[in-house]
Amino acid sequence: MSSAVERFDDGARNRFDRIGQTEVYEGELLRHRVYTRFLHWMVALFFFLALFSGFGVYLPWLFRWFTPVFGGGPLARALHPWFGLGFVFFFGLQTLNWIKPMTWTAADTRWMHNLRGIVSGKEKMDPPDTGFFNAGQKIQFWEIVVGSIVLFITGIILWIGADTFGRWPVAVSYVLHDISALIMLGGIFIHIYLSTIGEPGTFQAMIRGAVSEAWAWTFHPAWYREVTGRDPVEACEDARRRGQFTGK
Amino acid sequence: MEAGMSDRKTLQVKQISGHSGAAPGLGVQRDAEVCKLIDTTICIGCKACEVACVEWNDMPFSPTTFDNTYQTMPSTRWNFWNLIKFNEHQQEDGTVKWLMRKDQCMHCADPGCLRACPADGAIVQYTNGIVDFQQENCIGCEFCVSGCPFDIPKFNPATKKVYKCTLCSDRVGQGLEPACIKACPTGCLKFGTKDDMKYIAEERANQLRNNFGFEKAGVYDPQSIGGTHVIYVLHDAENPEHYGALPKDPVIPLSYTVWKWFFKPVFGTIALLGGLGVLLHYVTVGPRRPQPEPPLRKEGSDVQRR
Repeated sequence: MSSAVERFDDGARNRFDRIGQTEVYEGELLRHRVYTRFLHWMVALFFFLALFSGFGVYLPWLFRWFTPVFGGGPLARALHPWFGLGFVFFFGLQTLNWIKPMTWTAADTRWMHNLRGIVSGKEKMDPPDTGFFNAGQKIQFWEIVVGSIVLFITGIILWIGADTFGRWPVAVSYVLHDISALIMLGGIFIHIYLSTIGEPGTFQAMIRGAVSEAWAWTFHPAWYREVTGRDPVEACEDARRRGQFTGK
Repeated sequence: MEAGMSDRKTLQVKQISGHSGAAPGLGVQRDAEVCKLIDTTICIGCKACEVACVEWNDMPFSPTTFDNTYQTMPSTRWNFWNLIKFNEHQQEDGTVKWLMRKDQCMHCADPGCLRACPADGAIVQYTNGIVDFQQENCIGCEFCVSGCPFDIPKFNPATKKVYKCTLCSDRVGQGLEPACIKACPTGCLKFGTKDDMKYIAEERANQLRNNFGFEKAGVYDPQSIGGTHVIYVLHDAENPEHYGALPKDPVIPLSYTVWKWFFKPVFGTIALLGGLGVLLHYVTVGPRRPQPEPPLRKEGSDVQRR
């Protein structure tokens, strides 16, 4: 099963590499291939479509604000489940694509112990054993995996309705669907913040697919060591001595 | 019939689903609550009310399911709002009682459909007590189906709208009684103000108890949803479920009351505060930049860290 998934993912990655381009310049590392970036932005597109069409029916106070965006209440209602299915479909592919690097390790548990230092900005660099994804990214990833499953199941119940499932499953799904969406809504702020202004240099990883070496040794030192064979702390000190300041 | 009932003021809107703020014009006119009284003890199951309902509301009839009863169909439909439910109930002494109950929207004082509805203006409750669906505002989400304790709102897949009994709000607005009332040949159905109907119903229940030996006879006007604007006289008011799934204590799921009107806005605000939180992090702690960062300028006291 896992090898079949791997073959599927590898085939898709190679095919997408032939369609899209990733230019990695001197002093940069390849971060995300075209397939990963494509999936990410499809997930993002359907996430926001589902989020905003869902906002309309989330609260009466939002109904008149958000439903016109989708052509009115009935259309927002009709489209929302399809947006949700699009999200689940592309995030499902992304889950297969990422399941290996997203696996929790002992290093992630150690990273969590450093969380306070990272959030407060005292830790300038991530712990040396931080790999391709850090623990925070993995938590968010697995939260979305679980949240998507909840949204999917409750969404199907809400979609098909009380005529088929009875009133109480619908009434319960109504709450669980909201809670899952609310957690994701809270998470998306952190995600967008850290990938843009919170940790400068991150955004290009999902646009161009490449990141600077300085970015890599700062935020994902173990991954930097793995792909370059150099020690991240030494590389950083080396850059400091030579006056190469990329992190402005 | 009170004077106020016969004019259009009875269509004054009291509540509007999914609508922020009070209903416009509320409290400027006198309230006269209407009520339909159904005396199940003198219903003969003739189905004249079913026909009258279909005719007045000009609804197409569609094939039904025969399930070994006299019932026209198993439950009401989007195009069949008024259904006599036939139930054979075996009593304690072994004899069988044939119970007939006219099933339709109960026009609850606290309507679960209206509570559940997210669409602005899709369900309104008039000050006269009638709960009415406004299909032009309905988005077809079917939450009302789950909000209703009586399994009344029905979805039409062709129009993607939900329909139910209007208590003939169009007729009542013109001072007429609902079509089913007009058709009833036995006097089992009565229509008037809630106070009058409640009085008549209680009198009839008294009569059943004292003169006819129905010791458990009573009026069905469930207070768990604030009472209804359709009330029943039952031979056995202690077991309304014998009359075809009529709930003893109908309830609205907490999802559509506590969750919708309290936790949703509160949690929604908290989630949005998350956005404020990260911005606060940016201005207080600041971003984490790839290392090494260039050294800060030394000269000038006005140059602060970052």
